[in-house]
Amino acid sequence: MSPVAHVTTDDDSGADQIESQNQFLSFRLADEVYAIDLMSLKEIIGYGDLTSVPMMPGFIRGVINLRGRVVPVVDLAERLGGQKTEVRKRTSIIIVEIFDESDDERIDIGIIVDSVNEVLDICPDDIEPPPSFGAKIRTDFIEGMGKVDGKFLVLLDIGNILSIEELSMLNDVNVGVKEPARKPETE
Amino acid sequence: MNEEIQESIQVFVSEAGELLDEMESALLVLEEDPSHEGHINTVFRAVHTIKGSAGLFSYDHIVDFSHHVESVLDRVRDGQQKITSELLSILLACHDILENLVQAAVNDQGAGDEEVQERTRGIAGQLEQYLGESACAVDENPMVSHEVLQIDDQISGIELGSNWHISLRFGPDVLRNGMDPLSFMRYLSRLGEVVQILPVWDDMPGRGEMEPESCYLDLEIEFKSDADKVTIENVFQFVKDDCKVTILPPLTRHSLYKEAIEDLPGEPMRLGDILVESGAVTERELKEALEVQQSEVDQAELKMENISKTPIGEVLIHKGSVHPELVNAAVNKQAKNKGSPEKTIRVSADKLESLINLMGELVISTANIALLANLTRKDTLNDALIEATENMGQLVDGVRDASLGLRMVQIGETFFRFRRIVRDVSHKSCKDIELKISGGEAELDKTVIEKISDPLLHLVRNAIDHGIESTETRHKTGKPKKGLLHLSASHDSGGIVIKVSDDGCGLSHEKILAKAQDLGLVKDNQKLSDQEVYRLIFEPGFSTAEQVTDLSGRGVGMDVVRRNIEALRGHVDVESQPGKGTSFSIHLPLTLAIIDGFLVRVGKSFYVIPLDMVEECTELPEEFQNASQLNSYMDLRGEVLPFIHLAELFQEKNVRSGRENIVVAKFAGQKAGLVVDELHGEYQTVIKPLGKVFRQLHGISGATILGSGKVAMVIDVPALVKTAASGAFEHGRFSSNSEVLN
Repeated sequence: MSPVAHVTTDDDSGADQIESQNQFLSFRLADEVYAIDLMSLKEIIGYGDLTSVPMMPGFIRGVINLRGRVVPVVDLAERLGGQKTEVRKRTSIIIVEIFDESDDERIDIGIIVDSVNEVLDICPDDIEPPPSFGAKIRTDFIEGMGKVDGKFLVLLDIGNILSIEELSMLNDVNVGVKEPARKPETE
Repeated sequence: MNEEIQESIQVFVSEAGELLDEMESALLVLEEDPSHEGHINTVFRAVHTIKGSAGLFSYDHIVDFSHHVESVLDRVRDGQQKITSELLSILLACHDILENLVQAAVNDQGAGDEEVQERTRGIAGQLEQYLGESACAVDENPMVSHEVLQIDDQISGIELGSNWHISLRFGPDVLRNGMDPLSFMRYLSRLGEVVQILPVWDDMPGRGEMEPESCYLDLEIEFKSDADKVTIENVFQFVKDDCKVTILPPLTRHSLYKEAIEDLPGEPMRLGDILVESGAVTERELKEALEVQQSEVDQAELKMENISKTPIGEVLIHKGSVHPELVNAAVNKQAKNKGSPEKTIRVSADKLESLINLMGELVISTANIALLANLTRKDTLNDALIEATENMGQLVDGVRDASLGLRMVQIGETFFRFRRIVRDVSHKSCKDIELKISGGEAELDKTVIEKISDPLLHLVRNAIDHGIESTETRHKTGKPKKGLLHLSASHDSGGIVIKVSDDGCGLSHEKILAKAQDLGLVKDNQKLSDQEVYRLIFEPGFSTAEQVTDLSGRGVGMDVVRRNIEALRGHVDVESQPGKGTSFSIHLPLTLAIIDGFLVRVGKSFYVIPLDMVEECTELPEEFQNASQLNSYMDLRGEVLPFIHLAELFQEKNVRSGRENIVVAKFAGQKAGLVVDELHGEYQTVIKPLGKVFRQLHGISGATILGSGKVAMVIDVPALVKTAASGAFEHGRFSSNSEVLN
């Protein structure tokens, strides 16, 4: 697989951290635009060579070989309650780093998106709390609503969406559309 | 606490750990055969070194306690105290307390918790008895007792004849460090005859300046003995840091040393090593001489001068350690064989770990390159390219084997650790048990060894506690009074088998069955073979011991043992004969990093089945071809073979080309078939964990990366079959994903 871009959040350079604090990566998914905090981003690679893992729920598309490591890949659209993502020319895998509280460990997970857009600066004042209803996805999957060019953009809470606790469940019960079937385990 | 100190403390802990291990095994040897006097020195050295290092960090509790132990050991060395089994038990207890104290000290708990303090006081009290009236040596004034010393001021010249000449320059801190110069004289006199002792008064200050706690004693000794230089030097090994010791051999010995130098093997050696090997110079003398040499170099560097080292031989002659004649002989010998000797280095386990990980990657990418080279067949450069990649492949294989070999260690060390446990446990349960160890030289990956010692401990304890009968019962049944516990290791077709066997009462078929029925593991009317019944002891919560002792019997042991072993991709078997004994065999792979697998294709994906489970492969009979049943059974040469249709189970798209095959897997005495689309043969690969997202997934034990860079799943056959047997995969239920598999 050929890397499309390498955006690495460098832990030991302080300047980078401050700069990326209000930065988000926007991407397109099933005709909607979402964004995730740039801090959780590790790299972006092109879609390819995915191996499916049997007996797992549909939103876990499989695993890829990321320079010798086996990294699980989640179909984000399906995880958010939509349809399975179809692979097209611009389909990419975003590798994000998830912090697993139960074991104090960082885990890399890939998410499939239709296309990657851009890096946005959104200052905290322009971020509204998630609406109590009306959004198409589970409320606890939304970190906030960012205002960009006068329009609202859903900022995803990637930690909740990819909670290891929920991903490792072998059934599809927790893929609710609006009502969370299970409370998130973050508290 | 700053990092440097933290690091030094780490060094202290690991050093103390090693010394305590040495001390323990020396004590155990002494217990078997008290005549091995040399071992008491090992014990003394361990205690003394720990005391010294603990002093550096102001761990006063350790210093105090080890001082008591040292005093008793001193008396043993002097021959004032005999080695008795009672004393050895106390010394073993001292070993345990030191272990606790070291642990407590590094955890900043001072003297440890209540329990440790209590025991420390108890043992210290017992030690007192062995000290007799003379109490601790520190309080004694070294100048008081003169009876063994002959001071003769008249003799000024020192003759070199048939006597050794020893110069001692005690440092001022000798007394403060708890050393009694006199005790060395006493010990020395056991090796031979002290002909003459001459005090040297050069360092002695005037009356007013003299400090009572400092030592100003310097001695020149004429000594007649047949002992060699190292033995004589070892007399002073406990003061070697505080005292300058120069030992000149008698002239009559020169010819002996010369012969020794000539007789050394023809390997390339360094001059200093030649002298040490021949016995003319001790290692300590060489080390000091090398330090002198180095400091010269350092000074020359400081002054920006050209570096010119004084040859080591000259330094040694100058220091009076060796006669010029011998240096010449050694130089001649060295000229005959040039080079440097073999050496070992310590490497941190992390570094090895990352080397082996990288090695795994290299194996995979080499396979990838070979694949690409084969794909470009039409190219004109092709032949050369394929040859080059084949060459590289061979080299990579060599490097892989070598790097995996780095982590291989002998299992013997783990076995020897059980001597103490067997001793203690058998004392506690009042049984007389002999531990026999064989095959300790078998090598195994260090990570496997670390993980196997807990399960082994369980099996050993069980054998002593439940297996071997009490002495009276043994006597009644006509068995030898001494119970036998046998730990052995041997290689077996690419793996290793560790056996724990005892000659005890064996497993009771009836008791186990009754207990299993109580627990509801077995139905009342179920018929089971002995083997099946014995396997029940590995079920959770299973224990038939009528009494729960503090050793075992809580029923948490055996299922943990089995789980730990299975986590290492191994399995455990049990054999037992009523009244004759029980034997557990643990089968383990040599290394965790690389497995031999059997590559198969199911639908569009590749899967790896561990090769040691594959019994045979055969074509799926006509009547089952293209059937869509998930589970079924067939007739394999008259045997019923249940099988799982992997493509159905894994819901792989139907890309069936040609006939399907069946892989017959055998594990834990049962057989199961796995229907696959294509067989790709043996495949050696690196196994990788799938990570937490897949932790509830049963039937897949990990992943591996194929030469093409694609990931393949490694099938966990026992788990897959177990789940199939429990019916959780039933077609309709599984495909709706509504059942949580457990």
